[in-house]
Amino acid sequence: MATVYNGEVPTPSLMGFTIPLTAALGGFFGLIAGQSTGLGGLLGIASGAVAGAVIAYVLISFLSYKIGRLATIIVVGLIGVSLGGPLGLVVGLSAGAILGWCAYWLHLGRYRASLPPYATSGQVLWHNTFKFICGCIFFFLIAPIITIIPLSFNAQDFFTFTPEMLALDPAGYSLKHYQDFFTNDDWLRPMKNSLIIAPFATIISVSLGTLAAIGLSQSHVPFRRAIMAILISPMIVPLIISATGMFFFYSQMGLWMEEYLNLSKSLTGYIKVILAHAALGIPFVIITVTATLVGFDNSLTRAAANMGATPTVTFFKVQMPLILPGVISGALFAFITSFDEVVVVLFVGAAAQKTLPWQMFTGLREQISPTILAVATILVIVSIGLLATVELLRRRSERLRGLSPN
Amino acid sequence: MTETSQHSGPVLAADGRPLKASLARALRREKLRAMLLIAPLLVFILITFVVPIGQMLFRSVENQIVSDVLPRTSEALEEWSYNDGAAPGEAVFFALTQDMVVAAERKEHTRLGSRLNYEESGISSLFRKSGRKVDEIGEGYADQFEAVNPMLVDPAALTQLFATSAWSEAVASDAELAVTRTFKVNKDVAEALPRASDAFREFAVFNQSVDEKDPRKAKLWNSVSLALFEDLRQNPAATVDGPASAAIAAAAAAVPAFDVEDLAQSFAKIDKDWLDPEVWTVIKRYSPEFTNGYFLNAIDMEKTVDGPAWRDEDQQIYLKLFWRTMLMSMTITISCILLGYPVAWLLANLPTRQANLLMILVLLPFWTSLLVRTSAWKVLLQQQGVINDIVVWLGLVSDENRLQLINNATGTIIAMTHILLPFMILPLFSVLKTIPPTYLRAAKSLGATNWTAFWRVYFPQSVPGIGAGSILVFIMSIGYYITPEIVGGTKGVFISNRIAYHISSSLNWGLAAALGAILLAVVMLLYWAYDRIVGIDNVKLGG
Repeated sequence: MATVYNGEVPTPSLMGFTIPLTAALGGFFGLIAGQSTGLGGLLGIASGAVAGAVIAYVLISFLSYKIGRLATIIVVGLIGVSLGGPLGLVVGLSAGAILGWCAYWLHLGRYRASLPPYATSGQVLWHNTFKFICGCIFFFLIAPIITIIPLSFNAQDFFTFTPEMLALDPAGYSLKHYQDFFTNDDWLRPMKNSLIIAPFATIISVSLGTLAAIGLSQSHVPFRRAIMAILISPMIVPLIISATGMFFFYSQMGLWMEEYLNLSKSLTGYIKVILAHAALGIPFVIITVTATLVGFDNSLTRAAANMGATPTVTFFKVQMPLILPGVISGALFAFITSFDEVVVVLFVGAAAQKTLPWQMFTGLREQISPTILAVATILVIVSIGLLATVELLRRRSERLRGLSPN
Repeated sequence: MTETSQHSGPVLAADGRPLKASLARALRREKLRAMLLIAPLLVFILITFVVPIGQMLFRSVENQIVSDVLPRTSEALEEWSYNDGAAPGEAVFFALTQDMVVAAERKEHTRLGSRLNYEESGISSLFRKSGRKVDEIGEGYADQFEAVNPMLVDPAALTQLFATSAWSEAVASDAELAVTRTFKVNKDVAEALPRASDAFREFAVFNQSVDEKDPRKAKLWNSVSLALFEDLRQNPAATVDGPASAAIAAAAAAVPAFDVEDLAQSFAKIDKDWLDPEVWTVIKRYSPEFTNGYFLNAIDMEKTVDGPAWRDEDQQIYLKLFWRTMLMSMTITISCILLGYPVAWLLANLPTRQANLLMILVLLPFWTSLLVRTSAWKVLLQQQGVINDIVVWLGLVSDENRLQLINNATGTIIAMTHILLPFMILPLFSVLKTIPPTYLRAAKSLGATNWTAFWRVYFPQSVPGIGAGSILVFIMSIGYYITPEIVGGTKGVFISNRIAYHISSSLNWGLAAALGAILLAVVMLLYWAYDRIVGIDNVKLGG
């Protein structure tokens, strides 16, 4: 008998589809529970599968969506507590949430909601597998960064979750690594150095880089490709090679500055690192500012000139506001390049110019201290802020230039 | 109307100049303005970046140290060759004595020793030992000259003899000048006693410039007496003017009766390696100011008597390391393609709002400090780390055989794939975004299966994106230093770690520069390919 398509996804069979699949998922959770509690994998799989099947049957036959989800979370959470204490509770609650969601997702046909109705079951299976794979890749991208955040609150000097932490015992958590960071001179001085070096390097790269990007965007520039290649090269040449070259050159330059300009050793040290970092940051400024200038309407400058503005006024009143988002995100890139850079400063700088990444690098290589995780967490938060700023600027710039539909 | 008909010549601009010239002038001015805007940055980059790299490349072939420290020896060695089968003759040992005395006083012999030790082990200690004892050579002559006439070993009298009259007069008027005014050799005396005046000049200048002492009051080097003996032996008729002429004549008469010191034997007494032709070959081979030795070293070859040859199998490390760097970079690139393609595809095909949300998950690692990500992996991959704990907790692996995930190639590949993945996803995404989804639908409606539609229609259009991302990831990974250093142990390190080792630990800077030059050449080749495929103007950051 041919089924007539009436615009709705047909409800899949309860016995032949939803219950077996939910049971399989339940079996998987059971395996984890069995292995981790020492009850044995087979027993775990069997009881998990039974629980999954029962949950699916009860949910779909008797309960509405909201009540069903809540009930599953509570029930599986309770099973978790009885098996594994506070940690078991957390795992149980998440397992319950996933099981309940899965049962309704399967039963209500949501798994094929984004596919055309004529898609074959093979295509539906592949579509969902693909989504699952992508999910795993996103997990791979983000999990390492997320994991270190709770670890930084560890009350002990371990790099893994202690039993107290897993038991959600407040005694297992502390702010002592943060306290160490904010009181220990080994960390404060590098932090200060980073905050001195990065802004100066950024100012140099941004001022020179913006001018050059404006020059490069003119219509007639001789040797444009060659100049561009030279200006971008600090980004392409491997850092270790840049660092090696700078190591030889800057040590001679430092001696020269000390001898002929009578600068103190520490000041020349800072100048060397700042110049090196400025050179490394320039490609990013060039790239972002050139990208903003691509959509720049040159008739605006002509209009300004027509109304009697001098080139300087035109630059600051007309051109600058329009390319400002590009300049700022270039500046952020230059800042983070300097703030995050360790190879060059390792070779060019002296101990007095030790920066935060340098201190982290030594920390990781020699006496590994958990304070690194506290620093890392702070830096993650800083980078979230930077990312948000750059994204906002990019959208604003696109809106200003009318490149984006919204 | 009437005006235009009067002008039959070239079209004129408003100011009366020919339009063509006027336009050319405007163009020239525009070019000049563009160049003026670019110039400061170009100069800045040239000075702070390009020159240092050029200097490093120069260092990989530069080899002035031998001819700087042993100038006389390298000249004297020109006539000697390894095929003689024996150590060189007296003339070379004489030159070596003169050079070594100066080098030992200036403490340059250890630097040269460690330089030559890169080529032949043992030379470093040979030079150190010889530097300590070389001042004893020629002592016998000094005693014998003193017996003839004490004036012959008196630095004040010898200063008078060898210095120009202008120098002596200046010093006589102001004793301070004996230190500050550089010692000048009297040409007539230098012609009569070339070796002695050369040796004495070294002695005087060293005392003035390094010790800041008056050469007339310093302790005379035995090498001066040795040189004087050599001069008088070869040219008994040598005569000089002035107060020392009688003493020199007496010495010339006495020299044939002197006890002769065999310099080769004196050196052999310090270290018998001086009689080994191998040592002399190394010195002779590295006498020229430029060498390909570092580059040969960097590809596991060495200079031998019969020209460049491969090192023994067990001493070959650099080619293996280059090969490993390539292989691991390729593995990382391929993992990035495999992981990046699905994600880029998903991001390109989702509605904008969802894609933007998911894009944050790609951009957050991109913006997070490299050291944060590396420390995260160090923490996760340790034997007592989170991943091993989970695996043990699940009972997949027993507590005793925890997985070895760090300090080997596995650790480097996992961590670097994670670190470089955004650099694959972002360029790939911007290419996939431009492929119209209708093409796939059209292919399917014409009867293609899902696989055929993807492989024959969609995939070929995404190849430029894969190319761009792969070259970017590959370029970045072959030069990586930090991550392999921290998670790579000994088996998972790259050529860059070796370069850093030669810069900071072994101090073999020439070899580091040669390795760097080879790596730079590879990267430049890839950069050129990237420019041809994508164009450097099209590099995009942050989506």
